[in-house]
Amino acid sequence: MGAGGAGYGATMQLPPPRGTLSHRVRDALAGSSTRPLASRPSPVADDHHDAALALWMLYELHYRGFDGVDDRMEWDATLLGLRRHLEDDLEQDLRTRFAKSGTSAESVEEIFRICDEHEGAALSPYLHRHATREQFLELLRARSVYHLKESDPVSWAIPRLGTAAKAALVELQYDEYGGGDPNRLHAHLFARGMAACGLDPTYGAYVAQAPTEVLEQNNVMSLFGLHRRLRGAALGHLAAFEVTSSLPSRRIAQGLDRLDLADAMQHYYREHVEADAVHEQLAVRTICGALVAESPELLDDVVLGAFACLDQEERIARHFLDRWEAAA
Amino acid sequence: MSRSVEPPAGIAHADVVICPGGPMLLRGDHLVDDGQGNLVRTQRPVSAVCRCGKTETAPWCDGTHKVLPPKLRP
Ligand code: FES
Ligand SMILES: [Fe+2]
Ligand SMILES: [Fe+2]
Repeated sequence: MGAGGAGYGATMQLPPPRGTLSHRVRDALAGSSTRPLASRPSPVADDHHDAALALWMLYELHYRGFDGVDDRMEWDATLLGLRRHLEDDLEQDLRTRFAKSGTSAESVEEIFRICDEHEGAALSPYLHRHATREQFLELLRARSVYHLKESDPVSWAIPRLGTAAKAALVELQYDEYGGGDPNRLHAHLFARGMAACGLDPTYGAYVAQAPTEVLEQNNVMSLFGLHRRLRGAALGHLAAFEVTSSLPSRRIAQGLDRLDLADAMQHYYREHVEADAVHEQLAVRTICGALVAESPELLDDVVLGAFACLDQEERIARHFLDRWEAAA
Repeated sequence: MSRSVEPPAGIAHADVVICPGGPMLLRGDHLVDDGQGNLVRTQRPVSAVCRCGKTETAPWCDGTHKVLPPKLRP
């Protein structure tokens, strides 16, 4: 067995639909035909979750695809048209919240300040001191939607950058991808941590139970990564992600330790204490710094990306804290 | 006749980078004396050596410098 579990690396199953639109998209993918989407009037999403799940399925065609779905559907014109539609809504929503927040910066170094000043719900203090074992596992299942493809969305940006920013991004990604050693690849460390906690490390195993906010967080990263136009936002998102990782990762590792949860999962978070203390410096100064030196007009997009990262994470935190505090 | 095309300029690239208020970045492979009698080898493409003295993962930075009052930051 080459990986963290029997299913790790295997192709995933299509998730169950959660409304009219995700139903049609699922049927189109399962039948490798866009006829279910051709009906008039064209299908619209029932709610945020339905839209987020439909978009998430369309995006996954660009990563690893689905079991039984024709790989050519990745570039099907009808699906791309629908994707565009859903992306426009998502981006519009993000930009509205960004404008309302009044976030701005004169230089990339201000990302440190923006992250520091961002207020709102945060998960790591709760995980550190209060979370039960079941709450921790619930969160790890939700986190797996991203962590099993950790760092992949921003890799789309590599060929779209100039010399200095490209070298800088690859320097960071090389560490995320284990420095040439698959055993150190971060997504793989997470998969091993999951297996050690008794969770299923199969890619996509917990998508069906992921809250809307988690699907949306994943969609935002894919949106930024897949559009050359949004490469500044992709790198700004990366920077804010790294800046807000070291200290929370330490609290999470201590929370896991408090509950005697698997060493392998503690190792994943401890690795992020140390790695992201490096990555935050690289992401802000070297990567975003080089990007904005090459293309000063992208600074606003960098800040948009940083805001989106903080905003999405806060919404996720609020979702879980509301649930857990209501249960307490 | 040869066209006069400037070759692309070199790009300044340091091996050791001091981060204001934060760690010192080391690019590449180094053996670091942690000041406690231990020699520790770098493990990643770039490593961050703590300069504030408050890290719990010495000699590496763990982000603690960010919660120090500004005048205690390196
Ligand atoms: S410089 Fe970062 S913890 Fe000391
Ligand atoms: Fe990572
Ligand atoms: Fe990282």
